[in-house]
Amino acid sequence: MINIHEVIETNKMIEQENLDVRTITLGISLLDCAGPDLNEVNEKIYNKITTVAKNLVSTGNKIQREFGIPIVNKRISVTPIALVGAAACKTSADYVTIAKTLDRAAATVGVNFIGGFSALVSKAMTTSDELLIKSIPQALSQTERVCSSVNVGSTKTGIDMNAVKLLGEIILETAELTKEKDSIGCAKLVVFCNAPDDNPFMAGAFHGVTEGDAVINVGVSGPGVVKKALESVRGADFEVLCETIKKTAFQITRVGQLVAQEASKMLNIPFGIVDLSLAPTPAVGDSVAEILEEIGLDYAGAPGTTAALALLNDQVKKGGVMASSYVGGLSGAFIPVSEDQGMINAVEAGALTLEKLEAMTCVCSVGLDMIAIPGDTKATTISGIIADEMAIGMINQKTTAVRLIPVIGKTVGESVEFGGLLGHAPIMPVNKFGCDSFINRGGRIPAPIHSFKN
Amino acid sequence: MKGMVINMKRTVITVVGKDQVGIIAKVCTYLANNRINILDISQTIVQGFFNMMMIVDATDATKEFDKIAEELEQIGIEIGVIIKAQHEDIFDKMHRL
Repeated sequence: MINIHEVIETNKMIEQENLDVRTITLGISLLDCAGPDLNEVNEKIYNKITTVAKNLVSTGNKIQREFGIPIVNKRISVTPIALVGAAACKTSADYVTIAKTLDRAAATVGVNFIGGFSALVSKAMTTSDELLIKSIPQALSQTERVCSSVNVGSTKTGIDMNAVKLLGEIILETAELTKEKDSIGCAKLVVFCNAPDDNPFMAGAFHGVTEGDAVINVGVSGPGVVKKALESVRGADFEVLCETIKKTAFQITRVGQLVAQEASKMLNIPFGIVDLSLAPTPAVGDSVAEILEEIGLDYAGAPGTTAALALLNDQVKKGGVMASSYVGGLSGAFIPVSEDQGMINAVEAGALTLEKLEAMTCVCSVGLDMIAIPGDTKATTISGIIADEMAIGMINQKTTAVRLIPVIGKTVGESVEFGGLLGHAPIMPVNKFGCDSFINRGGRIPAPIHSFKN
Repeated sequence: MKGMVINMKRTVITVVGKDQVGIIAKVCTYLANNRINILDISQTIVQGFFNMMMIVDATDATKEFDKIAEELEQIGIEIGVIIKAQHEDIFDKMHRL
């Protein structure tokens, strides 16, 4: 039988160390909503989402009450809309109507984000993929809850550099259209390499075509719990450090597994995966950067950061994998700048640069995330940054992503306030040297040699 | 006997706050009135605070879990302590393989 000290330990994690379940994400296939008539497609999408996800929020709240653990977000991911809308959408404006339908459906069922306004173009873009990508600025500026992602590369296919070039322009355009709100539209747009089909985390979530009709994926959190556990092993060697992270990750993930199974049972929708990612929030004590500091760095970004992050990420996986029957999604430590107070502090102290963040993304999920850059950054420069990050993913057979926010009208020395979980961020300097001729070549980068395993 | 215990709908009730006369009596009276059976009680002092834990069987409870949790919380507010009711599973999963 459970003893009082175990009960106290669990409740301390919840009450004082910000242990929570970050998201229950319901993936819904919209493939059966496709058709040639746009109005009909929109109607089918709305009806399907509001039917399948009808009880999502109330179920999440019920689980929260029964176990006494906060479930911060209830969200929906859908089939990449470039596939669903291909037959019906003849213009980018047509795609915007679908974005608005998703927004309306999300509002009806009470979720704060819906992901899947997406295109998978890791080798090349179809006409409809291109139309969707070109509709992203309008779609994100005219909706509240819709999140968009584009997969522009994979280890198997190489990198679609035409899409990379286009997305540099799209990101700037999205920034421009949402400049009254510090270009927040870009916070809802992720560019991926090796995007997973079952990621529960926004803004990059979509319901992959390899998935079933509907699925429950859960993202756990708990950087504060890991940080607290590491406080008790200060000065101990790496073996003790790693074991402590592993045990803590196991405990955190077990909670995620429990919540996922309960949600699956209550909603009568199959359980997909638990995503092991350590996801920070802007709250003090809920920071991945603070874990790195606890491991022994003055700030995230100091020499040793990449090694510390590598071991953290690896131990989280080792502990987490045994705690859940299915692990998937992104599963690694997140290092978003604006959403992590320790990261913000590191940037403000001058310890953390864009280049160091890029190095860090080689050893963790997911990529250059929630980074505010000057609004006058050139489109080709943004494309260059994306290409670098995609190359890291392609060569290392891992997911990488870019979520940059060029803040129109602001530059280095200023900061932006996005509010809520998106946090705030100092604007980071970008390398001033150009890469126009590189980006303007067009075409695609071939798949790397180690992808030929057959 | 053991098989039965495992099948029960078990809930953990925790009480945290300043020690005072009658805390356990108040909670136990409420549980008895709502046909909730107490299986185990333990208590300890952590950093000067009174911590009590009860494992109860709510299989025959006359009210829904939500209602019980809410009313216990209210009793806590009245006597100046924090009372929480949580399904045992969360502790079990976290601390047992």
